[in-house]
Amino acid sequence: MIGQAVSPGVVLQKRGPRSVVTDTWFVFWREMLLPLRDPFSLIFSLIQPLVFLGLFGPLLGSAVGAPAFGGQSTLQWFLPGVVVMIALFGTSMTGSNLQYELMTGSYERILATPLSRSSLMIGRALKEWAPLVVQGLLISVVCIPFGFVFHPLHVLLGLVILGIFGIGLGALSYALALVSQNKEWIFWGVQQTLLFPLMILSGIMLPIEAGPGWMKVASLFNPLTYLVNAERELFAGRIGMDTMWGLVAAVVTAAVGLVVGIRTINRNTN
Amino acid sequence: MTVIHTKKLTKTFTVKKETVEAVKGVDIDVAPGELVAFLGPNGAGKSTTLRMLTTLLKPTSGSATVAGVDVQKDPAGVRARIGYIGQGNGGGHSYRVIDELIMQGRFYGMNTSDSKARAETLMASLDLGDLAKRTVIKLSGGQRRRMDVALGLMHSPGLLFLDEPSTGMDPQNRANLWEHIMRMREEHGTTIVLTTHYMDEADSMSERVIVIDHGTIIADDTASRLKANLAGDLLAVEVAAGSASEVRGLLGRAAAEGDIQENAYDGVVRFRLRLAQGARLAPGLLKEMHDAGAPAQSLELKPPTLDDVFLELTGRSLREGAEV
Repeated sequence: MIGQAVSPGVVLQKRGPRSVVTDTWFVFWREMLLPLRDPFSLIFSLIQPLVFLGLFGPLLGSAVGAPAFGGQSTLQWFLPGVVVMIALFGTSMTGSNLQYELMTGSYERILATPLSRSSLMIGRALKEWAPLVVQGLLISVVCIPFGFVFHPLHVLLGLVILGIFGIGLGALSYALALVSQNKEWIFWGVQQTLLFPLMILSGIMLPIEAGPGWMKVASLFNPLTYLVNAERELFAGRIGMDTMWGLVAAVVTAAVGLVVGIRTINRNTN
Repeated sequence: MTVIHTKKLTKTFTVKKETVEAVKGVDIDVAPGELVAFLGPNGAGKSTTLRMLTTLLKPTSGSATVAGVDVQKDPAGVRARIGYIGQGNGGGHSYRVIDELIMQGRFYGMNTSDSKARAETLMASLDLGDLAKRTVIKLSGGQRRRMDVALGLMHSPGLLFLDEPSTGMDPQNRANLWEHIMRMREEHGTTIVLTTHYMDEADSMSERVIVIDHGTIIADDTASRLKANLAGDLLAVEVAAGSASEVRGLLGRAAAEGDIQENAYDGVVRFRLRLAQGARLAPGLLKEMHDAGAPAQSLELKPPTLDDVFLELTGRSLREGAEV
């Protein structure tokens, strides 16, 4: 019985060209099984941004003062930043789940299947991005009574752009986990060391316009800056140049991330 | 026609600026339906060879064709045509057994219902039936290993690689595992290539044994021929001290080569020697001794093991190297 194929076509079936999209879906779905089988983690991930918004938002408003926000309400300015921050934290963790699988044989087992290399990274990155869609919509709705103006289609577009960016960051995180195999602390060291400067220099937490000149210059070289600006424009219900530049930054990050990631995977394996 | 064909397949690693030749230009041909074991001590290059054949490692030089596909030109094509059960546990720690099995089938292009049915068949026959919803981390070592086998068999591969499949398994589970592999082979003519450092396993299960040491193939034949040609039976015979010299002469003529060991105690001399075809020669030898007035007081005949073969080939015992 053991060697019996369920349908005759399965045994050594010659497969057509594999689609990265279906492969990505399989990888994504396997990753999603973890939170779906254990929904508590999802509930916590929904509460977290609300806590942050509720506690940091009021302080921000009174500490900085309205003019720095370009005349918008603090909430309107800060909420898209929080969404970018969740995306940043989530997708930069892509490699950390991989680390566990590297220690056992499960990564190797999956590497030996015909799944395409890019799907391994994209599927995992998208899993870190998926909760963001729910989180972003939820905090938007929750903030409506506090004066936040919700533009659902703009917000959705903003989430898609963050998804593209997340694929790139996730792939980089994936590559970092591979490089720091057997030295897990390196992964955390690099991830944490890069995360905070990137975050602060993008104006997520506080407006960069309020900072010294060198910070403004540094922020121009930070892809995250363009994403934050794009999200702010979109959350305000407009689609303009900031959105365009944000999309470009997201696509460039995705391209760079995937190239680096695939090279890292292929460096040793075939 | 061959399922596996390698030519001067080589892998070198650089460890702390020193170049280590893990596999030194091996030529291997495996025909469809063969069951081949790579036998050798840890670090001999067995797993490295296997990992090159399964596209998990890039060869430094040389070539390999697996299931008709070049491992370097079309690694994805190779992966689609083979099954691989690695040394580690393949199930993700936090996943449910059934979920991992179904996803594995999906990875190989099976649809969900086929994959589910196949997973249930495999779980039943590998005694994992009650554990479908258990998370991998809660499984015992033996259960995890059986799950690895189930993962490797999900898509019913025509060519299956197993890296140290039974390491860490108790004897009963080992026997179980082999029963499954053998049945699969019988029903589908699956070609099986495995590595092991258990010589009894290579001996009893495989038709063909490729002995690897220091990255080189040092022997490649059936287990029985390897033993007959390279080791011979171990013969121990005891005679009264008075007739030792006659027996020494007789044994010297019978033994083609190799030293004859001698121990004397309590008026008895014990001779030990390796004798090719020893089981066939022993009755004649006893008669000759009897006729020469030097009858044997006792005789012990031990068939050779693959360890004896390895010892003969390398001067080292596989046993010593096995547990390093």
